[in-house]
Amino acid sequence: MSRIKVLPKLSGFQLLVHAASLAPLAFILVDYFNNNLTVNPIQELTFRTGKTALVLLVCSLACTPLNTIFRFRPALKVRRALGLYAVFYASLHFLIFVGLDYTFDLDLLQGAIFEKRYALVGFAAFLVLLPLAVTSTKGWMKRLGRRWTRLHQLVYVAGVLAVIHYLWLVKSDIRVPLVYAAILILLLVARIPAMRRFLSNLGLPRVSLPDFLGRSATQSRRTATHSSRTLGRLE
Amino acid sequence: MIKITPSEITPEHVYLSRREFLKGMGVASAGALLLAACGRNSLSSQQSSEVEGLQVSTDSDELGDSLTPYEAITNYNNFYEFSVTKEAVARLSSDFVTSPWSVAVGGLINNPKTYDLDDLLKNFRQEERVYRLRCVEAWSMVIPWAGFSLAELLKELEPTSKAKYVRFESLYDPEQFPGQKSNWYNWPYVEGLRLDEAMNGLTILATGLYGKSLPPQDGAPIRLVVPWKYGFKSIKSIVKIDLVEEMPVSLWMAAAPNEYGFYANVNPKVNHPRWSQASERRIGEARRRETLMFNGYAEQVAYLYEGMDLRENY
Repeated sequence: MSRIKVLPKLSGFQLLVHAASLAPLAFILVDYFNNNLTVNPIQELTFRTGKTALVLLVCSLACTPLNTIFRFRPALKVRRALGLYAVFYASLHFLIFVGLDYTFDLDLLQGAIFEKRYALVGFAAFLVLLPLAVTSTKGWMKRLGRRWTRLHQLVYVAGVLAVIHYLWLVKSDIRVPLVYAAILILLLVARIPAMRRFLSNLGLPRVSLPDFLGRSATQSRRTATHSSRTLGRLE
Repeated sequence: MIKITPSEITPEHVYLSRREFLKGMGVASAGALLLAACGRNSLSSQQSSEVEGLQVSTDSDELGDSLTPYEAITNYNNFYEFSVTKEAVARLSSDFVTSPWSVAVGGLINNPKTYDLDDLLKNFRQEERVYRLRCVEAWSMVIPWAGFSLAELLKELEPTSKAKYVRFESLYDPEQFPGQKSNWYNWPYVEGLRLDEAMNGLTILATGLYGKSLPPQDGAPIRLVVPWKYGFKSIKSIVKIDLVEEMPVSLWMAAAPNEYGFYANVNPKVNHPRWSQASERRIGEARRRETLMFNGYAEQVAYLYEGMDLRENY
C-alpha cells in the first residue's frame, strides 16, 4: 500500500508490447516526414490508424483466452495497455476522418457518417470504446465493483462493430476482413463459460516467457543504481 | 486565380459553388492547416522530380482545375490485375510487355478485324484530351490523355443494326498479371457501354498520357476513357472489342451486382450503397470538393439518360 510509484514496474514483455503498440505511430511519422504517405495522404492515414486500432483491439481481446488456454499470465498484464492503445489509434482515426478528411464540415459529415452504414458502425464502435477507456483505471474498477466486468464486456460489441465497419468499407474482396471476423468469433467462443472451462481443463502445456522478458526490466535497472534501496519498499 | 469558363460551358451554379468553396478555403481549421502542410509537401516532391519528355498544351482543364502531376497519376493506380494496393502497381507493372499488341474487333459489325496497335496509332488521329477522372472510391484526378475518339473506330467497323452495346475485354495473362491468379474476381476484366455512349464525342481510347505513351500502370498500351463515369468503367489494356446485342456483364457487376451497375455514371445524388458519393478528394488538394453531376460533363452527356431513373440505373 505504501508503495512509492516512481516508475511503473514493467517487465521486458510489457516494454515490448508498449514498443510494438507505438511502432505504427512511429512509422506514420517517419513516412510523413519522408513524404511517403502516397498521393492521397489523408486516406492513407485513415487506413493505417484504423487498421492499427483493430489489430490492437483484437490483441487485447486475445489476452484472457491466452491465459485460459495456456495459462500465459503475462498476457493479463498487457490487456489494459493494448485496449488503451486501441482506443488511442481509434481516436486518431476518428479525428483524421472528421478533422482532416472532412475539415469539420458538418453538412458533408452528416451525410458521410449518418447516411452510410459503414461509417455509422465505425462511429458506434468508437462511442462504445470511449467509456471503457475512461473506466479502465483501478479507481473506476473499485467504484463499479461487479458492474465493471459487465461494462467491460462491451469491448466485444466494439470489436464486432469494428469488424463490420471493415467488412463494409472494402470495395468487394472481403477476405481479409473475414479473417478478422473469424479470429473475433473464436475469441468470443472462448469466453462462453462452458467453453472456457473446457479450454482451461485441456491441460495444454503452460506457456511462459523466457527469463529476460519475464523479469521486471525497470526494477532491475533501479536496483542496479541503488535507487530502489533509497526509495524503499518497492515490492 | 481560377479561370472561369463561359457560363454556356459551366453551369452558373457550378462555378458559383466553386467560388464559395474557394472562399471557404480561407477559413482553415487546425486540421486543414496540418493537412495543407501535408498536401504541399507531397505536391512539391512530385513537381521536383520532373519526368523527361512530358508534353501538354495546358496546365488545367476547362473548369480551370490544375492537372494532376504525372508522378501522382503513375503511382496511385487501381489496377487489380497487378495488385489491390494502389502504390504497388507501378513497381509490379514495370516489366509488362505491350509490344506486340493487337486488338481483336468483332461481333455485330460488317468489318471484323484484328488491329495491330501501330495501325490504331497510325490510322486514327491522336489528340490530347484533358479529363477529370473520378474514382468510385471518392478521389479524383485531372489527366491529360492522348488518344482517339472511339466513335471514329466504330464508324470504320460499321456496326450492324442489331448492335446495341460495345463490350470490352482486357488481357488475360496471369503470368504478367499476378492478380489474375486469384479467383476472387471473374477474370478477365470486362466492361461495356451502350452504343450511343460509346459514340459520344467524349469517349476515347487512350494510348498516351502527358504526351508520352501510356505507362503500364495506367493501362498500356490502350485503354478506354469515359470521363463522366466512375473510373472502373475505363477498362485498361484492351485486347478485344465486340459489338453485341445484349447488355454486357462487367467484372464489377458480376462481383457485386447490387453495388456496381452497368451505367456507373458519376452522380453526387446517388450514393454507393455503403458510402457517400456527394464529395471527393482531388489528389493533391487539402479540402474535399463537391462531386459534380456526370463529373462536370452534364452538358455533353445528360441527353443520353433522359427519362431514365438514375437511381435504378446506377
